[in-house]
Amino acid sequence: MEAVGGVLFSGIVLGGMYALVAMGLTLQYGVARIMNLAYGEFVVAAGFAALWLFTAAQVSPLLGLLLVMPAAFLLNLMIYRVLLLPLVRRARSPGALETDSILATFGLLFVVQGVLLAAFGGAYQNYSYLSVPIGLFGATVTANRLVALLFAAAIGTALWLWLARTRAGTAVRAVAVNPEAAQLVAIDVRRVAALAFAVGGAMVAAGGVLVSMFLTFNAAMGVVFTMKALVVVIMGGVGNLMGCLVAGLLLGLVETAVASWVDPGLTLAATYALFLFVLILRPAGLFGRPAR
Amino acid sequence: MSGTALALALAALLALGTVPLLDDGFWLALAINIAQYAVLATAWALFSGPTRYISLATAAFFGIGAYTVAVLGEALPWPLVLLAAGGIGVLVSLLVGLATLRLSGVYFVVFTFGLAELIRQLVTWFEVNVARSIGRYVFVDITQPQIYWQLLGLFGLLLVIGTWLSRSRLGFALRVIGEDEVVARHAGIDTARVKIALFALSALFLSLTGAVMAPRWTYIDPAIAFNMTTSFQVLIMALLGGAQSLLGPLLGVIPLVLLFEVLGANFPNHFSILLGAAFMLVVYAVPRGIVGLLARARRRAAA
Amino acid sequence: MSVPLLRVEGLTRAFGGLVAVQDLSFEVREGEILGLLGPNGSGKTTALNLVSGALAPDAGRVTLRDRDVTGLAPHRLSRLGIARTFQLVRVLPAMSCAENVLAGIAFGRDAAWGGAAWDRARALLARVGLAGREDHRADTLTYVDQKRLELARALALSPRLLLLDEWLAGLNPTELREGIALIRSLRDEGRTVLMVEHVMDAIRALTDRCVVMNAGRRIAEGPPGAVLAEREVVRAYLGDEDA
Repeated sequence: MEAVGGVLFSGIVLGGMYALVAMGLTLQYGVARIMNLAYGEFVVAAGFAALWLFTAAQVSPLLGLLLVMPAAFLLNLMIYRVLLLPLVRRARSPGALETDSILATFGLLFVVQGVLLAAFGGAYQNYSYLSVPIGLFGATVTANRLVALLFAAAIGTALWLWLARTRAGTAVRAVAVNPEAAQLVAIDVRRVAALAFAVGGAMVAAGGVLVSMFLTFNAAMGVVFTMKALVVVIMGGVGNLMGCLVAGLLLGLVETAVASWVDPGLTLAATYALFLFVLILRPAGLFGRPAR
Repeated sequence: MSGTALALALAALLALGTVPLLDDGFWLALAINIAQYAVLATAWALFSGPTRYISLATAAFFGIGAYTVAVLGEALPWPLVLLAAGGIGVLVSLLVGLATLRLSGVYFVVFTFGLAELIRQLVTWFEVNVARSIGRYVFVDITQPQIYWQLLGLFGLLLVIGTWLSRSRLGFALRVIGEDEVVARHAGIDTARVKIALFALSALFLSLTGAVMAPRWTYIDPAIAFNMTTSFQVLIMALLGGAQSLLGPLLGVIPLVLLFEVLGANFPNHFSILLGAAFMLVVYAVPRGIVGLLARARRRAAA
Repeated sequence: MSVPLLRVEGLTRAFGGLVAVQDLSFEVREGEILGLLGPNGSGKTTALNLVSGALAPDAGRVTLRDRDVTGLAPHRLSRLGIARTFQLVRVLPAMSCAENVLAGIAFGRDAAWGGAAWDRARALLARVGLAGREDHRADTLTYVDQKRLELARALALSPRLLLLDEWLAGLNPTELREGIALIRSLRDEGRTVLMVEHVMDAIRALTDRCVVMNAGRRIAEGPPGAVLAEREVVRAYLGDEDA
């Protein structure tokens, strides 16, 4: 039986990662209206990028963030422009766009997964970075988890400040609330959607790099990440960053508790249990706005 | 489908039933493969075609059927095994439907997306902790021709049900839901009930297919049974053919089964990439499926 | 006075902090046309959504004849005889006109299926002026014809109460005259109608009584001529660009 303090800490770290990853997804779904089922594959891809940078080029994952995040931003911008914009153009209704984006990103999921499998194989991977124990509030934790948590908090805060304080961020929030009205005040909705999609992609990459510092991962794990991020987004309410944070932490804690005290094989079941709970009691999410 | 067309289709199925008498090697294997996906894609489209609710749970129901055979295959006579497989599949679909189909479509998609993985993990957990083994040998006395005939039977049954549905009030309700769910509700349609009923019917056939196919493997573990790729392949086949009509999915099944055979044999290491690329090609280039292309060609010829 | 067909008591519904409908009460009598008026954003459509079951109220009661129908699902209310049209016209785009009407016939009050249902669909299409269009796809119709089709679908439910949400909005003068005549002919058949409307000519020509809303509350009630002259009503409208 693991101590409460350790579980609490691990849960918060994992939850922080989920929150960060879900914030990216809520930008993509809440603002760009793209339901991205390939999301988790990009988490894993960023993890592999960090692994490769660390083992092949001796670049620390934290430095790697500076490379991976801009690269993911550009990659996602391209994905939006090349793959998704045609769907936005041909969609006659929000429902049609949702269906099309689900299908297109479902295809993308297999492409990315296939690339990862071909490049890195199907085996579980990890690397050892800052894997030193330190004492914290009487519990022993590894430094990499603590560092990952701090970085996730910093990146999440930066995103929040960007959305709350800058002109571009305000435009993004306006589109999230009401695309038609945003258009009326001269906001270029498609440009903002592309920007939100790309920023969301950068967030997911950050999440992937940070997760790879302390979790073992393989090329087939993307689906589970996507599932968890989606559940966090729905729990928190689409487009709601604070909701993501709370729901992400909640999921991380529940999952870690189940993994430590019940069985590690039941973590996805825990996710689904939370999801069911929300669907039955609060279909509009824990904090308001219903999903469309 | 008209009565005559249905009679013709059933006669064609009877004729196709002779394949095992002609060849029991490569051609029978190919015929089984096509028949399997024909049933899966048609059953998927039975619900997802008219309602436009995309189910990503095909692999979950297929796996439930297959794994039921692995567990119960020796213990019960074959018809009862099938009954159990179908029953469990329907039960799970009712749970999923009750939880999600009363709400907006996106919850349904998300829930079905991870369902196969969830059940795989649960089964694995059960096998490790309770049964103390992962994976089981399938010992049932079902031959390859028998598998093939059962699949043809399932497909024939699907055609009969689909034809009946297209003329029934239930089928009409389903189409109204696909057109505009709000209007459907205000026209007196109990939308949640209609959707759940059809999702369960679809799940019944998906589970039965999994059960029928199980004896092809001698050994099944959760990862084999609950393989996401199944959901994916069925979806792309139905979309390529056209999910809005009864025989539409079949038009996608035949070319894609052949294509996947070729790809799987020649590029085993890049199969997933090619699969994904083929899928995206379908989504972008043939959004209305082959049926849609044919309809457009006919309209053009008429004009 | 007999029991009213529809009675709404103390209906309240809020969205987040915004109270869209507050403590709203009114009655619709058998056989009358009641107008529900008010400036944009006054809560008319929300009120209609509460009566048709599209939304559930936070508080209050809706009674249809003697039956408490508060918070029932829309499909149950449709079967009990409440039919509606939508503010932004909603047809079933890829279906034929006949199928659109059939959607109302097949599942509503007095439901039918098969040959008899098709006959009724044809008759209803003729009733709203769409005779001979049975096989046309709904999305090929003009705006006004889509409105007619929507009305036919609502009538197909054999409603006891018909809810019209700005059914006359956006029509040109000729179409408006035809539309008014069509609704008047419904009243002559003895149908009961609750209509949300902005078009003043139509309100004066059609309604027996009006309920005026502002900021979610009822501010006036009575015959259209008298109500529209009331000071509070004038003020509510003049405070709004739509007046």
